[in-house]
Amino acid sequence: MAEKFTIEEFFKLLKKYNVEELEGVRIEGDLEIEFEGGVIDPNLINALIGLSSYMQLIQEFGAFLYHTNMALTYLQRLSQALGIPTPFAAAPSVVVPEVKPLEVPELKIPDKLIEAKFKPYRVEYLGKIEEVTLGATRADGGTREKTVTIGGERSLAFYLFDAENPHMPVIAIDVFDRPPALAKAVREHYEDVLNDPAEWAKKAVKDFGADLVTLHLISTDPLLENKPAREAVKTLEEVLQAVKVPVIVGGSGNKEKDPEVLEKAAEVAEGERIMLASATLDMDWERIANAAKKYGHVVLSWTQMDINNQKTLNRYLLRRAGVPRDSIVMDPTTAALGYGLDYAFTNMERIRISGLRGDEDLNFPISSGTTNAWGAREAWMKDSPIEGDTPWGSRELRGPIWEIITGLTLALAGVDLFMMMHPGAVVVLKEWMNTLYENIKESVKDPDAWITMEV
Amino acid sequence: MKVKSPLEIYKYLPKTNCKECGYETCMSFAAQIIERTVKPTDCPPLVRDAEKDSKVKKQLEELIELTSPEIAEVIIGVGDNAVKIGGEEVLHRHELTFFNPTAFFFDVWDTLDENTLHERCSRVVEYRKFYVGFSLTLDGIAVRCTSNDPKRFREVVKKVAEYGKPMILVALNPECMRVALEEVADRRPLIYAATEANWKEFLKLALEFKVPVTLRSKNLDTLKSMAKTFKEAGVKDIVLDPVTEPLGEGLKRSFERVIQLRRTAILGGDKDVAYPIMVTPISAWLIEGDDVTKGYWEAVIASTFIIKYADIMILRNLEQYTVMPTIILRYNIYTDPRTPVQVESGLREINNPGPDDPVFITTNFALTYYTVESDLISGNIKGWLLVLDTGGLGVEVSVAGGQFNATKVKELLDETKIAEKVNHKYLVIPGLAARLKGAIEDETGWNVLVGPIDSGRIKGWLEGNWPPKKE
Repeated sequence: MAEKFTIEEFFKLLKKYNVEELEGVRIEGDLEIEFEGGVIDPNLINALIGLSSYMQLIQEFGAFLYHTNMALTYLQRLSQALGIPTPFAAAPSVVVPEVKPLEVPELKIPDKLIEAKFKPYRVEYLGKIEEVTLGATRADGGTREKTVTIGGERSLAFYLFDAENPHMPVIAIDVFDRPPALAKAVREHYEDVLNDPAEWAKKAVKDFGADLVTLHLISTDPLLENKPAREAVKTLEEVLQAVKVPVIVGGSGNKEKDPEVLEKAAEVAEGERIMLASATLDMDWERIANAAKKYGHVVLSWTQMDINNQKTLNRYLLRRAGVPRDSIVMDPTTAALGYGLDYAFTNMERIRISGLRGDEDLNFPISSGTTNAWGAREAWMKDSPIEGDTPWGSRELRGPIWEIITGLTLALAGVDLFMMMHPGAVVVLKEWMNTLYENIKESVKDPDAWITMEV
Repeated sequence: MKVKSPLEIYKYLPKTNCKECGYETCMSFAAQIIERTVKPTDCPPLVRDAEKDSKVKKQLEELIELTSPEIAEVIIGVGDNAVKIGGEEVLHRHELTFFNPTAFFFDVWDTLDENTLHERCSRVVEYRKFYVGFSLTLDGIAVRCTSNDPKRFREVVKKVAEYGKPMILVALNPECMRVALEEVADRRPLIYAATEANWKEFLKLALEFKVPVTLRSKNLDTLKSMAKTFKEAGVKDIVLDPVTEPLGEGLKRSFERVIQLRRTAILGGDKDVAYPIMVTPISAWLIEGDDVTKGYWEAVIASTFIIKYADIMILRNLEQYTVMPTIILRYNIYTDPRTPVQVESGLREINNPGPDDPVFITTNFALTYYTVESDLISGNIKGWLLVLDTGGLGVEVSVAGGQFNATKVKELLDETKIAEKVNHKYLVIPGLAARLKGAIEDETGWNVLVGPIDSGRIKGWLEGNWPPKKE
């Protein structure tokens, strides 16, 4: 706010600095200044110039000057008339900002915005991720009603503004051939089908919207039932009968036995183009690769969070075993949110970027065992074991979101195929992917409304 | 930062290798600047000379400019609680690291009843999540003006300020903002937001009260225009909000805007948009549905943008089922990938163990260590926990890579003098290290028991295996 500067205050200030009188000057009213006799008394000038605190005086005036151009004019006129070489008479705009006691800087508010054009930086990659089709319809020698194709990206995940990516990532739901250890929040959705893998697969597709199912033949584990491969793969046949979506088949994780189990699975599923999960460096990967080639399946190339190992295994599969490029999917390992997710994310992101940049040993679609999220104790434990932690709240709500965020994070790193379990997590992750693929048109009308909403 | 090689920095340094900075040579100090572990002002002689010599001062300023981060850094709040945002250099964390974690601000509003206001503020202040040896906490409080009454807004802002957390003041009405700033400008709140409609008044407020300001527009041309205008007028602390639409096409476009802004700033070198980015997952509360649906969707939006470039966020849900996963995700994404997270090696005493209690061994990878430690503590297991220096690698990897080996186990046993503390010679090793059993027994003379693969099963395992059956 402009402060009034009156001549009276001016005189008060003069008084403060021991100037008793401005001789020969007569001031009329508020504005008019007249000089009697036309000659200025040199004593007055000396008096003013000689003021020891001259600059302070100037500054005190500055306080007024800053706010009122009128006052500035007065003082300039006055000082010019008096012949005093005040700095502000010569260059007022320079002195004013130097006024120390003032807190308020000079505010120069422009009338309008400086025009600017935002030019988005474009990124193009030379490489392309391979397209891999899972499942085969009758036309292709299988019995699936539909197939699923993943990969084909030419940009980072969901960067559809860089390049159109033909296939949204898909979700497979896990099915086990004997009841596994499951978190309560997951188990309750499968309670009725835990002992019937075919029904389990049906439920996954019909009720929970799975694009594919993954059948884990854990009964073959020598430390569990040690079911013979030949017998275990009967469940695969049942599942292939029960659902018409593409199927992924996994072993028990036993390095010695899995090659045999997957070989048998490949044999009984001939023509269905299933995915064999998985080949690893420390097992007989060649046997699995050969089975895939022989019966027309896809191999999942699984390594432990190491981009170089992933490259090595892919090369083995491609060059030594001769697996076609359209028949390899990678699993670079999924760690749960809070339990190594940062490593999993960065490893996958690096693999994907390498693939897009043209590394032909790494440009394959990526699969994620997102169910691993349930290994995090925050997903299932009743409450924090740590004293001083804010209570963890309802675990029924914590678990699914642990799976969602683990999946979402890795989706942004480039995952094309998720293996999941909680139906709620499947729904939310799909909704989010559909959103970023612009399959959902509906928007909120007024996105500013949160600023003033009263709930 | 503009420079990519230590050589370019070296020429600005004294080149005396005086070691005052704590590094052996000026060249290694230069390399540390590139890594962003030190700043030019950490070179004591350079700072001293700059005080005396205007030429050196100019050089130092030049060096600071050359080594300043690609994305501007903005500080919100004052004192120990102040939060720093922005300052990023790269688009992918493996290219260097991300620096300042996305700041979480939770909302309150000025028409909220006193009890709820207090409850929400307290929850923000008191929140703790123990994780790999740290207590993760929440950053601040966003106060929204829903009354459109300057007096009321001022009062509530004053109340919230007493909780001592950094604040975002949310009001599009400049009159409301002005009175609030008169009350709390010295706390350095972030003001939200200058728009195409009110930018002149907000520019004035930002200059007058010297507070950081958010610029808000869906149109990136307009956003850039505002940023240029504010900068030219003398505002240094700018945050860009390209508007978070919570659903459908709107969310998709928000995703695109955020990425384009950050990518164009870093790869395109567009300094006019090289500012921290604000995202408002709170807009999820505009969608239809119950609180859990909204809370979940808010966490989904938050997670998307924790990974993709949001430097600061306004959130609503204070329930653990969304706070805990998002705060851990933030920690994971902003962990420096260059240094494995590790703890000190040595001996830990769990639950005041005695000489009859078991001796366990694990690695110094923080995640492994804290998981084992909390399993033992929460299982009320008394025991001695040996922590082996594997360079921050987990059990499986370090066994395969040789960092977990019999010689090192023996050294650790000797160093910690564990044999003097217990009256047995049984060492429990992780299930994943089973293959080292023989080697460790040969090397140390201790009996090795192979424990479970998951430390969560130690309790059950002990029931069948401890005390050990005499051979």
